[in-house]
Amino acid sequence: MVVSVKAIMISGRTLGQGAACEAKMSPDYFREASSCSLSQADLRGLGISPGENLEVTSEHGTVILTPQEDRGLDPGLIFIPMGPWANCLVGPDTSGCGTPQYKGVHVEVKVTTFPVLAIRELFGRFGGTRT
Amino acid sequence: MIQEDVVCSFCGCLCDDIRVETNDEGIVKAKGACRLGSSKILGHGPGHGRISKPMIRQDGELVEVEYQVAYDRAARILKAAKRPLLYGWASTVCEAHEEGVLLAEEVGAVIDSTATVCHGPSVIGVEEKGLAGATLGQVKNRADLILFWGCNPAEAHPRHMRRYSSNSTGRFTPEGRKGRTVIVIDVRETRTARLADRFIRIDPGTDYQVISALRLILAGKAEILGDEVCGISKGKLVDLVDILKKARFGAIFFGLGLTHSRGRYKNIDCALSLTAELNAHTKFMIMPMRGHYNVAGIGQVMAWEGGYPMSVDYSRGAPYFNPGETAACDLLARREADAALIIAADPASNFPRSIVEALAEIPVIQIDPYENPTTLLADVVIPCAIAGVEVEGTAYRMDGLPLRMRKVIEPVHPSDEEILKEIRESARRLPDDH
Repeated sequence: MVVSVKAIMISGRTLGQGAACEAKMSPDYFREASSCSLSQADLRGLGISPGENLEVTSEHGTVILTPQEDRGLDPGLIFIPMGPWANCLVGPDTSGCGTPQYKGVHVEVKVTTFPVLAIRELFGRFGGTRT
Repeated sequence: MIQEDVVCSFCGCLCDDIRVETNDEGIVKAKGACRLGSSKILGHGPGHGRISKPMIRQDGELVEVEYQVAYDRAARILKAAKRPLLYGWASTVCEAHEEGVLLAEEVGAVIDSTATVCHGPSVIGVEEKGLAGATLGQVKNRADLILFWGCNPAEAHPRHMRRYSSNSTGRFTPEGRKGRTVIVIDVRETRTARLADRFIRIDPGTDYQVISALRLILAGKAEILGDEVCGISKGKLVDLVDILKKARFGAIFFGLGLTHSRGRYKNIDCALSLTAELNAHTKFMIMPMRGHYNVAGIGQVMAWEGGYPMSVDYSRGAPYFNPGETAACDLLARREADAALIIAADPASNFPRSIVEALAEIPVIQIDPYENPTTLLADVVIPCAIAGVEVEGTAYRMDGLPLRMRKVIEPVHPSDEEILKEIRESARRLPDDH
């Protein structure tokens, strides 16, 4: 049986993501922005093994991320650095104020052996189609 | 060569004490800058993903062209569009913003800034309620209580605490950190929270309820509340109000924890009201922690040019503003924008995925020093000099103070301002029925 955890997703700035954000096509940015952090209890509950990733799904999309432990997070919270990986989970609704809800997105998290998509793969189906 | 007191062009702190060392190869040191500022100031060389030549997409591939060809193609795209969007502006100087507003008028565009995906709700909240503000200098010299709500300056504004807030020393705050009370309210224990005297963890999406509870206690109506508010005991909240009231000068800094969560501009409205009400007891100010170094500046320029600080529609002959209708995300989500010029921003990374898909369906012009995901879906790519490193100009700090950004090294590429002017002149040469 595949174990999954229901969580609330928060996205935001990290020092590493910020330091690499002017070089978004770099390996540094990929490493910093395509991860996610959970509490030790949630990671244990998922039974994740070394080398495995996490598949995170909201009603707006799915994304695969590398896992990290963050002792500052309560169980039931998942933090993802702001950027294109986190935004796969964010919906377009702005509640009439122009700003999507980047924090507080309900998600389901489970372990996967699939790899994290690199930035060009993430945008692979865009571009190169118009003249 | 050493240049003193250079202004950093990363975040809204606009630290103006950076010592930059240059040689024939460019900038080699940025003494005093934090990790974020260093990455920006030192990341100017060709090895940092700089776009070298203008490009136009042909048969699906980006092909290098001369600047004038790119200007003309950009002008034709904008002139042919019925609902063009000019978006970004946070990482460039106010001189470019002024050109942007002129271009919006010329082609009848909606001009919007990255504020709409960060502190846009703060702008709306301030319009509704007004803001009890102060400068960062006043905070440094006078504040004895700092409250960080839904923000994490230790990672997003790394020098804020030492230069302006919790750890700074000033005329009436000689003891620095020791003489201050620092409180953090957040949904997670951030690096900033670990440095605070008091950390109050709240449930996600409950900021509005918690602020409202504080306002009730402040108004002497604590008996209305239950024993617990969103996971926090009433006693803890009563204690907090007591601490706030006892401050001589309190400063509340808030971040995207309030603007990106459920409630959005209503959270800000409520926090601004709390601050105003605290001023019946002592001196209190509140300030949004603006992210990109000149996102405050585009708000200033748009407000003085057209009367509104963001999401301004110039297609009607007179400026029109209605966020939710004229904000970039809403225009794209409704498939209303039919062309976009993106400057000093990367919406492909920072918009929700479905909105990026909408952006990928329309012609996109990108003006940026660096290749980024927006380049992957752009039809016209125009490389520019880095404003604030290679181009001088005006930027507004998060407290509304204008500072002059310095040109530290000579640019290879034209400035944002020059590029926008060329596109506008090219658009003007095109017939109206284009």
